[in-house]
Amino acid sequence: MQLALFIIFGALAVAGALNLLLQRHPINSALSLVVVMMSLAVLYWSLGAEFLAAAQVIVYSGAIMVLFVFVIMLLNAGEEEHTTGSRAAYIVGFPGAAAIFCILSFVFLSERKALGLTNLGGQLNSGLSNIAEISTVLFTRLLLPFEVTSVLILVAILGAVVLARKEQ
Amino acid sequence: MSHLSPFQTFLLLSILKIVVVLVITLTAVAYTVLLERKVLGRMQNRWGPSRVGPFGLLQPLADGIKLFLKEDLMPMAAQRPLFIIAPIIALACSLISIAVVPFGAVQRVKGVDIFNVADLNIGLLVILGITSIGVYGIALSGWSSNNKFALLGSLRATSQMISYELALGLSLVGVVLRAQSLSLRDIVNSQAAHGALSWNIFGGFQFVAFFIYLMAAYAETNRSPFDLPEAESELVAGYHTEYSSMKFAMFFMAEYANMITVSCVATLLFFGGPSSPFGHLIPDFGGPIVQAILPIGWFVLKVLAFLLLYIWVRGTLPRFRYDQLMSFGWKVLLPIAMVNIIVTSLILALRG
Amino acid sequence: MSAEVPVAYYLVLAAILFSVGVAAFLIKRNVITIFMSIELMLNAVNLTFVAFSHMWHQIQGQIFVFFVMVVAAAEAAVGFAIIIAIFRTRQTLNVDQINLMKS
Repeated sequence: MQLALFIIFGALAVAGALNLLLQRHPINSALSLVVVMMSLAVLYWSLGAEFLAAAQVIVYSGAIMVLFVFVIMLLNAGEEEHTTGSRAAYIVGFPGAAAIFCILSFVFLSERKALGLTNLGGQLNSGLSNIAEISTVLFTRLLLPFEVTSVLILVAILGAVVLARKEQ
Repeated sequence: MSHLSPFQTFLLLSILKIVVVLVITLTAVAYTVLLERKVLGRMQNRWGPSRVGPFGLLQPLADGIKLFLKEDLMPMAAQRPLFIIAPIIALACSLISIAVVPFGAVQRVKGVDIFNVADLNIGLLVILGITSIGVYGIALSGWSSNNKFALLGSLRATSQMISYELALGLSLVGVVLRAQSLSLRDIVNSQAAHGALSWNIFGGFQFVAFFIYLMAAYAETNRSPFDLPEAESELVAGYHTEYSSMKFAMFFMAEYANMITVSCVATLLFFGGPSSPFGHLIPDFGGPIVQAILPIGWFVLKVLAFLLLYIWVRGTLPRFRYDQLMSFGWKVLLPIAMVNIIVTSLILALRG
Repeated sequence: MSAEVPVAYYLVLAAILFSVGVAAFLIKRNVITIFMSIELMLNAVNLTFVAFSHMWHQIQGQIFVFFVMVVAAAEAAVGFAIIIAIFRTRQTLNVDQINLMKS
């Protein structure tokens, strides 16, 4: 079950990511990113993080990506054109990304034994549900960071309003 | 079924449940359309559809055949793949969320709960998530049909749905705080103690949350008085202007399926779901089968009342203006929802 | 039925997503698509957090993902405000033509 979920949704995520890279039109890229995020939500669920799976769908696919699609529609962004800058980026981009991938996967695969196996659902420390566990830690030990993020969001909202306002 | 392994039994029963629920929902969608036309007709002093079958009861069938047989037009300038996939997203999202709704009391057959397709411990979040995915159907339909009315309609719909999703989600927090669970089964059970008195809207003092939910839900489903995305007088038909035949029917069905889902959620969260309003006042009568079916009857009755309310509101209220809609959502509903959360959690904390 | 997947596979998947994100970030010329590749990289990192959280049976990894999501949302709000402001003055989304400070 775990293996089947991993293969199906891992493949879907990789396909979505590659499609993001290959598509010329931003709206197609945005939709492939939505596919990546939805399959990641399933993978989170299979790793025992139900709350994050739901949050991934609601926050990422349901709010942030809708905002992307909305802005693309609003600005009527067309297909991107190739320029001299993009040719330089091709020369640097692909080898660089390939190098990062090689290093990372070499490290992960050589430490494969030490990393261990996963099992569906997963057991965390206590028998509590995932949501109860997250909220207990979030509202006791990590209360200050939590409050600071709320201030951060407030600042971001104000900044967005100021930046996007039309000049009088 | 004795020769099947537990997993195979589970799989078979689950598929059976899914098929039954889908068929019932789609039939309910068809008859909600008829109900709306009939009730609206009576409200406007006319008969509504009355020619096909007795009292017009076969009208949904006739409508379905008509929509099937119509020519499926594809606009020249449309973005083909997105144009086709948009109505599918809209309909699928509106049908999936019914999966976590418990229709009746827990009845186990071979260890499988037969009145609930999937009892998830994050059921409420699943519904919210799927609702937020449904926005893509509308956004893409407007963009891919390459028509200014469709684009305007879908821009309106998208921003309206994103804005009201916040108020919708926040209005449910009070209920979740009271039930201390996100599973819809637990939320229903938390209201089952004393009949109607322990329902969240009365006993839980969540009536403020209920009205916020109701208004946000009307906006989420693009229904009157918040039906600006398809305002006929301004935008032809809004985001589905370019759609015809089955693709149009899919949007149409999605709208009504959304109405049914929203009514189900309102029933579950604020009106005790399938539990009886009389609690234990009435002694249990009939055999176990009657006792198993009775909760479904209550559930259907409550959902039907919500659907009638929807139609009543559509027949009564005029349409909002767009800036009024936005300022109502952000400046009225959202602050009230936050105050409701604070008050509810304070009371719960003081009560211990 | 209970075929288990090594944690390393999840990490390799995250590495693939991250490298694709890096490549897209470097190659794409549209501001919005570049922004999307940042989100892709954040998602890849989130997957490693969840995988490690599963591996160590600790909840902190998941909480970190939660914070990443919050920051991503804030970033999206500000980022789009900037993109809209740029588009209003320059009428383009191509990063090669947004070089006002350079010339």
